[in-house]
Amino acid sequence: MKRAAMTVFLLAAILVACAPVDLNAPVPTYTTGVEPNGWATIPAGQFLSGQFNDQAVIDYDYQIMITDVTVTQYVDFLNTALADATLKVDGDRMVGFYPGDVFQGVKHEVEITATNYIFVPLKDPASRFTIDGTTFSAVAGYENHPMTNVSWFGAWGYCGYFGARLPTELEWEKAARGSEDDRPFPWGDEIARNNANFYTSRDPFEDMSTFGSRTTPVGLYNGQTYGDYTTLKSASPYGLYDMAGNVWQWTGNVYEGQHYRYLRGGSKDTYDMDLRVWVRNNATPTYTSPGVGFRCAKTP
Amino acid sequence: MQFIKDRFNYLFKSTKGLILVAIAMIALETAIFGMLSGPMAELGVRDYMIRTLKMDIVQAEREGRIIILYHSIAMAVVAIETYMITSLLKMNEFYRLAVRVLITVGYLLTMIFGMGFAYWGHNWALHGLYITGLSFIFIAGVLLVIALWPWNKETYQPDKAYSRTKKGLDMERVAFFAAALTTVLSALFGAVPGSFYGNGFETFMAQDIIRLPEKTVMEYSVIGHLHIMLALIAIMLTLIIGRWLNFKGLLHKIAMPLMIIGTIVLNLGVWGVVTPLEPVAHMIIYVGATPSMLAALLLLIWEWGQLIREGTAHLHKPNFGQKMSALLRDPLRFGPLWQMLFMNFTTSFIGIFMAIRLDEIFRVWPAHEERIELTGHWHVLSAIIATIILLYYGDMIGLKGKLRKLYGWSIIILSDIAFGAVTIFEMKRLFISEATQQPLVNGLMYAIDFGLGMLLVVLAILMLWRLIDLFKKKGHWTQEVEHELSEEVKK
Repeated sequence: MKRAAMTVFLLAAILVACAPVDLNAPVPTYTTGVEPNGWATIPAGQFLSGQFNDQAVIDYDYQIMITDVTVTQYVDFLNTALADATLKVDGDRMVGFYPGDVFQGVKHEVEITATNYIFVPLKDPASRFTIDGTTFSAVAGYENHPMTNVSWFGAWGYCGYFGARLPTELEWEKAARGSEDDRPFPWGDEIARNNANFYTSRDPFEDMSTFGSRTTPVGLYNGQTYGDYTTLKSASPYGLYDMAGNVWQWTGNVYEGQHYRYLRGGSKDTYDMDLRVWVRNNATPTYTSPGVGFRCAKTP
Repeated sequence: MQFIKDRFNYLFKSTKGLILVAIAMIALETAIFGMLSGPMAELGVRDYMIRTLKMDIVQAEREGRIIILYHSIAMAVVAIETYMITSLLKMNEFYRLAVRVLITVGYLLTMIFGMGFAYWGHNWALHGLYITGLSFIFIAGVLLVIALWPWNKETYQPDKAYSRTKKGLDMERVAFFAAALTTVLSALFGAVPGSFYGNGFETFMAQDIIRLPEKTVMEYSVIGHLHIMLALIAIMLTLIIGRWLNFKGLLHKIAMPLMIIGTIVLNLGVWGVVTPLEPVAHMIIYVGATPSMLAALLLLIWEWGQLIREGTAHLHKPNFGQKMSALLRDPLRFGPLWQMLFMNFTTSFIGIFMAIRLDEIFRVWPAHEERIELTGHWHVLSAIIATIILLYYGDMIGLKGKLRKLYGWSIIILSDIAFGAVTIFEMKRLFISEATQQPLVNGLMYAIDFGLGMLLVVLAILMLWRLIDLFKKKGHWTQEVEHELSEEVKK
């Protein structure tokens, strides 16, 4: 009897572990009312940076998108940039030119030369866009979700194409935290499950027994109720959404002696501790993931 | 009054009582603070615990809290090893007593007031007592080094079956001495940056700075400290297990010099990270780790050979099955060495694989993926050390018959299920994408939670039994008051 129970348990565990994941499982469609084309102006001045509240100053005004770049926005860019030959298809990748970085030869540093680099992979089943010949379109239901599976080059290229740039880490942090206090999260001191999209935050887009956590529409956490799911107002002091959770966001700094690019904000796949405004992640600039997106900044 | 006095004498004056208190403290701390971990947060348990226990959790202080938590548990483990050493080896009675008093007061202060400071608000008196506790443990370490001085004729080894010099210098004692001495020096290696960063609470976790191309001396010290302390705890435990099993003969004669050389070179390599030797420090560490691991392997070969010989002595020509049966008949003797071997599959080999394929594989992944490998790696190493202690403890308290088998195999199987699953979890990116990983992650999490959860249940049952036993006039504890571990070394 004991052996039978143990066998059943082990078989069940193996079956659960081996179950295929339906990457195209039905997705709820919500309109958040938050405008993805909006920009917030962050005024010049001091703020508290990092875990230990170092006094920092950004001595210029800058603007930053109030949401992550959406799948629709990025798909429009791909179509336009492919048509005007800014980008091209190279095998199973969409590539674009990057002028390279100064190489210092530091241990573990990889040289980034001037050449074409991946912007987005074209055959990754986890991508939320499709390509039909030379036309890109968003997967139905994901139009207003953050663009993911985009490399640092793809994020850098998008912002540059529209006369903007990726925010520096410091700009990103000030936009997330504001300049009034030392809050760890964009909305305040504590985090609840309906503040943001993070690992097991139990939002309507998540099913941990099958496909796990998925992205949520940009600006979802604005205090509205969607069906029977009520969100908390979670914008940053400057009115930015999703500065904690949903997707990690590429930032623009290129540091001496490193090829790594830094990411901020935590994601749908991380525990709440990684949503604190000072937490950093980094990856090679060619890295793409269903949990990584970006937003742009510009200096007026 | 006599009732309390007798129990107090057992718990705080006898070797087995002291070990029991330290295990109970670790079990209690693990049970309470394990409820704040990620998987518990998913279930809502963390929030409940914080509310119920009125903890003062400030987001910016998470790293500091965890550092104090790790140190609290580690100090109790160091205390357990110290009790074992002072009970297994010959030493001056004054030093034995002084070491035990200091380390007991030290780890209790560290645990109680450190955790109070970390999780219930920043009362500076608590922090002061936490530091006092750590200081006591350091002083106990210095006294232990003196007590273990091997160039003392009274402690020379007369028996030629053991590793010794021509004059009789006990090489095993030299190995203990080297491990104790380097532990004290390596503790300083952590104390200096600890004071630097603690003074203003600019704490950080080592795994969060690994990719910085330029690290400060203090940052290197922290990374070196955590690696070497865990390695030294493992080395000391290997020596303790060897002494308990009465390791001797040719393999002992080869193993002890290897252990001494390995310990010293390993330390020089780790300390080297803060010197101009930094570029080659890793190579020195590998050179040091290899003889230490080889010495542990020799212990394993010797003990497993013993088990097989003892278990098949009545057979003329034992076959493979009979040899295996003999090897596995006593999980408390088989287990510690098996866990040391299993450690290679879950930590050593993984660590070596990471080191040699770092840039090609692991540094292509995001830093947070690499962080999972690093934290999983040393959590497993720490937990394996804990299981080896628990297996020895099972023998120490005289578990016999079916209970001995049940206890021993439970610890081995449950922990290995959990550690194996953790290892697959760490390495999952090698064979599965982020988008399709969830069912695998769920399966692994069930295995980890089941293994560790049931292991804690076994520990809780053991602790409950020992607690109930303490209320009995002629309980099991009365048989343990006088016993020293040196009397129970295997013949």
